[in-house]
Amino acid sequence: MSVNQSTTTGATADGVEPAWKRVADEQMRRGAFSRTLPVWGAAVVILMIMPLVFPSAVAVTIMNQMGISIVFALSYNMLLGQGGMLSFGHAVYFGLGGFLSVHVMNSVEYDGWWLPLPLLPLVGGLFGLAFAIPIGGFSTRRAGTVFAMISLGVGELVAACSIIFVAFFGGEEGVSGDRTMGPPVFGFEFLSEVEVYYLTAGVVLVAALFMYLFSRTPAGRMANAVRDNEERAEFVGYSQRYVRFVSFCASGFFAGMAGGLFAINYEILTEENLNLVTSGWVLLMAFIGGVGFFVGPIVGAIVLTLLQTVLSNHTELWQLYVGILFVLTVMYAPRGLTGLVAMHGPALRSGRLGPLVAAYGVALVPLVAFLAGAILLLEMGNVANQSVVGESEAHVFGLSLDVSTAPPWLVAAVLAVGGAYALARLAPRLRDAFGRATGAAGGAP
Amino acid sequence: MSAALQMQGVRKNFGPTEIIRGIDLEIRSGERHAIIGPNGAGKSTLFHLVSGKYSKTAGRILLNGEDVTGLEPYQINRKGLSRSFQITNIFPRLSVFENVRCGLLWAMEYRNSFWRLVDTERELNERAAQILDEIGLLDRCDLPAGVLAYAEQRALEIGITIAGGAEVIMLDEPTAGMSHSETEGVVALIRRVTEGRTLVMVEHDMGVVFDLADRISVLVYGEIIATGTPEEVRASRAVQEAYLGAVDSAGQEVN
Repeated sequence: MSVNQSTTTGATADGVEPAWKRVADEQMRRGAFSRTLPVWGAAVVILMIMPLVFPSAVAVTIMNQMGISIVFALSYNMLLGQGGMLSFGHAVYFGLGGFLSVHVMNSVEYDGWWLPLPLLPLVGGLFGLAFAIPIGGFSTRRAGTVFAMISLGVGELVAACSIIFVAFFGGEEGVSGDRTMGPPVFGFEFLSEVEVYYLTAGVVLVAALFMYLFSRTPAGRMANAVRDNEERAEFVGYSQRYVRFVSFCASGFFAGMAGGLFAINYEILTEENLNLVTSGWVLLMAFIGGVGFFVGPIVGAIVLTLLQTVLSNHTELWQLYVGILFVLTVMYAPRGLTGLVAMHGPALRSGRLGPLVAAYGVALVPLVAFLAGAILLLEMGNVANQSVVGESEAHVFGLSLDVSTAPPWLVAAVLAVGGAYALARLAPRLRDAFGRATGAAGGAP
Repeated sequence: MSAALQMQGVRKNFGPTEIIRGIDLEIRSGERHAIIGPNGAGKSTLFHLVSGKYSKTAGRILLNGEDVTGLEPYQINRKGLSRSFQITNIFPRLSVFENVRCGLLWAMEYRNSFWRLVDTERELNERAAQILDEIGLLDRCDLPAGVLAYAEQRALEIGITIAGGAEVIMLDEPTAGMSHSETEGVVALIRRVTEGRTLVMVEHDMGVVFDLADRISVLVYGEIIATGTPEEVRASRAVQEAYLGAVDSAGQEVN
C-alpha cells in the first residue's frame, strides 16, 4: 500500500536530486527519439540492400507490394491499434487516393502538369485526407459498433459509386496511367522496377517515420487514452470525438499515400482497390501482425504479402490458409505474430531462453508432422472434390499423390492425428518451460 | 465568500422517475464540502449532472458564476472542474506515468497538437512525476495502470483528477472499499492535494466526512434536506429523522 506515503516534492537541502526528477529524466530518456535511431538506421540499410539480395524481377515486384501494404497497414493501425476504431472501410482512402493519383499522373502526361513522380504519394495522401475530413467528421462521434457500422456503410457506398461513376473510376477496366511521363528526377525516369523499388522504399521509410512520431505526440497519446477510456478522456478536457477525428484524418492521409504508391507501382486502379475485400485484407494484415505494437502491421504486411504472392503460386487453397491463420491468431495469439515474439522478451532478457528453445525444438517434430498431415489432407481433399474430370493427382510438397488410393490418405491422417496427439501431450511441458523461462508461475498466456 | 459552484433548481428525471428533485446548493470557493445521504439518494447522479455526464431536466449550474448547464464534460473540465468516479476510471492499458501525463496535457495547453513530442517536453514530464510523487505512486510509474492494486488505482484516479490544476475538485466516494489504514492515507492525500482548492465529495464513511468537511449537505431522495457545518448537521432534527438513523447500515456500504 503506497497511497499513505508522503514524500518530499522539492529539491532536498543537500542537493540530492529528488526522486521525481529522476523519474521524469528516465521517462524522457526512454521516450527519446534518438533511442530508436539504430532501428531506423537498420531499416535504411535493409531497404537499401534488399534488391541486391533478391535481384529477380519477381522479388522486386513482391517487395514493392510489401512496401505499399506496410504503409497501408500502418495507417490502418492508427485507427484500430492506436485509436480503438475498428474500420471495415479503410480501402476507401487507399483507393480514392490511388484513383486520384492515376488521374494526376494522366494530367502530367496529357495536360503538361509539372509533378515529379516521388511527390505523387504526397498527392495521394492529400486526397486521402480530403476524403477523411468529411467522412471522419460524422463517423468519429462514437467508437465501437457505431463506428464500425458507419465505416462498413461508407465502404460499401464508395465501392458502389466506383461502379456507377464510370467517367472517374473507369468502370470494370479501371483507370490506367503512365508513371514515366513526369519530369526526370536526378536522371531517373522510373522505367525499371528497381527504380520504383527505391522510390517506394523511400516513401515507406518517411511514412513509417511520421506515423511513429505521430504516436508520440499529444494527439497520438490521447488517441491511446481515448481508446482505453473515452469517458475519462472527456473528464481531463479532451473531446473524444475530436481526438478520434485527428487520428482518423492522419490515418486517411497515410492510406491515401499508400494508394499513391500503388498507382506508381501498378499504373492502374480498379474497383477492387477500394472495395470491402481490400478493407478486410488490411484488417487481416494489421491484426495478424499485431495491433498492439507499432511494428505489428509491418510484420503482418510482410507475412500476408508473402502468402498472397508466393503461396498462391503453389496452392489454390492459399486463402484458406490465410483464413485459418487469422482464426488461430484471434483465438490463441490476440496480440498477433509480434505478440508471440514479444512474449519471449522477459526470457531473453533474463538469459533463460535456452531451455525454452530446447523445449520448442522437441515440439517442432510433432508440429511439422501435424502441419504436413493437415496440409496433405486439405490439398488431397481439394483434388478429390474437383475430380469430376478424372483428375486424381494431388501435387503437394513436390510429391504426386493419387487421391483415389488409400495409402496417401492413411499416411496423412496418421501424421495429422499423431502430430496433434503428441502436441497435446507436450503442451503442459511447454507451458511449464515457458513459465520457468519467464519467471511466471502461471505459464504461457 | 464567493461561490465556486451554484446549483439552481436542478432536476433530473429518468423517464417518469424523479431522481433529483430540485436542488439549490452553493459551494463556496475554497471550502471542503461533503454530500452525504443514504444509498439511492442521487449523490452520484448529482455529480454526473454537475460534471456534464448527464443532461439536466431542469435548472442551471454555474461554475465560478458562469453558466455551464448545457456543456459537454470536456468543456466543463476546461473551465476548471475536475472529478473522480465512484467506480475506478483510469486508462488501464497506459502506464501509470502516462495516466497522469494525460491528465496534464490539456491543462498545459498541448491540446491535440501533432507537431510536438511528449517525451521532449521537460516541464510536462516533471509535473507528471511530481504528481506521482505526491500520490505515492512514483515507484509504480512503469506499470500498466490496470494491474495496480485497488487502493493504488484509487490514488491514481485522484492524481489524474487533480493533475490539470482545476479549482473545483469533485471526488465520488474516494475511500470506498478501502481498509482502515488505506482510508487514513487517502484522507491525508485528499487534504494535501486539495489545499487552496474547492472540494466537493460524496462519502459514506462518516469518520472521513466529519474529519475533512468544512460543510456538509444531506441528500435524501433527490432533495437537500440540510446544509451546514458538521456540528449543525449533526444537531439537525430533520437529518436525524431522515438519515442518521440509517447510518449504521450506510456506514457499511462500500459500493
